[in-house]
Amino acid sequence: MLAVFTYTCLPSMTSSSKSTMTFPRYLILATVTLTASLGDTFLSVGAKQLGPISLGHVDQLFAAVLNPWIVAGIVLLIGFFASYLTALSWADLTYVLPASSLGYVVIALLSKFWLHEQLSLYRWLGILFITAGVGFVTRGPSFTEHAPATEELNAAETESVSHS
Amino acid sequence: MNISLATGLPVASMIASIVVTATAGDVLTASAMRKIGDLDVIRAHSGLLGAIRAVIASPRFLGGVLCMALSFFALLFALNHADLSLIAPASASLTFVSNAFAAKFFLKENVDRRRALAAICVCIGVALLAH
Repeated sequence: MLAVFTYTCLPSMTSSSKSTMTFPRYLILATVTLTASLGDTFLSVGAKQLGPISLGHVDQLFAAVLNPWIVAGIVLLIGFFASYLTALSWADLTYVLPASSLGYVVIALLSKFWLHEQLSLYRWLGILFITAGVGFVTRGPSFTEHAPATEELNAAETESVSHS
Repeated sequence: MNISLATGLPVASMIASIVVTATAGDVLTASAMRKIGDLDVIRAHSGLLGAIRAVIASPRFLGGVLCMALSFFALLFALNHADLSLIAPASASLTFVSNAFAAKFFLKENVDRRRALAAICVCIGVALLAH
């Protein structure tokens, strides 16, 4: 995981002067990636355990929060949300979403090497496409500077320099 | 057309509900975070509680959370009636594309060829993972 991130992310730190990314910020993107994929997996296990819910009993969806798998999924997704909001405060939505999509690759590789499931050629191609997409987006600038945001950013940088 | 036997609803409409609400939630949340500013700076000035207060006091953020909650229940509902291998990749891959459009038009983000290509690559990749 770290190796893939290093391979796809480190070149952008040196090739783009407009990138606002630092190593701790890449760690936050990694947290977004892992908590989202694990949280979704836990939720899907919990949803299957609940059984079918008809349109006439939508209130049963609220009872879903008593299922342990769904509780664990929600806890992980709260961690995802905190790190996702942090990432959105210093990077564009169209940077954060593709950059954190490596979670799909992590799940596929876990199923191959941990659960010993067979990965078809389609899935390997899928992994290739996602990794390529992550590589493309992380080599570019992470933040679109608008006029007011630029002033705020400069003020923040000046203050952080004076604090250090 | 693929129709859920339990609800009579087309599966496509379930996926569309997830995509629309997820995109609205992402765009509103991203817009709120851009308006609030760098959370690292706010936390340095006002502490963690100050950062949390700044986020939850934003009406756009609350609107985004409402849309995300709707998306969450739409996903839970869809997972209950259709296969995860169809719902998850279809909604996730389509959300990447809809988010790219929404970010360009609503957030005025610089969605250049690099980012468009990245969104398309991830969209195709997620769809291929379902096979």
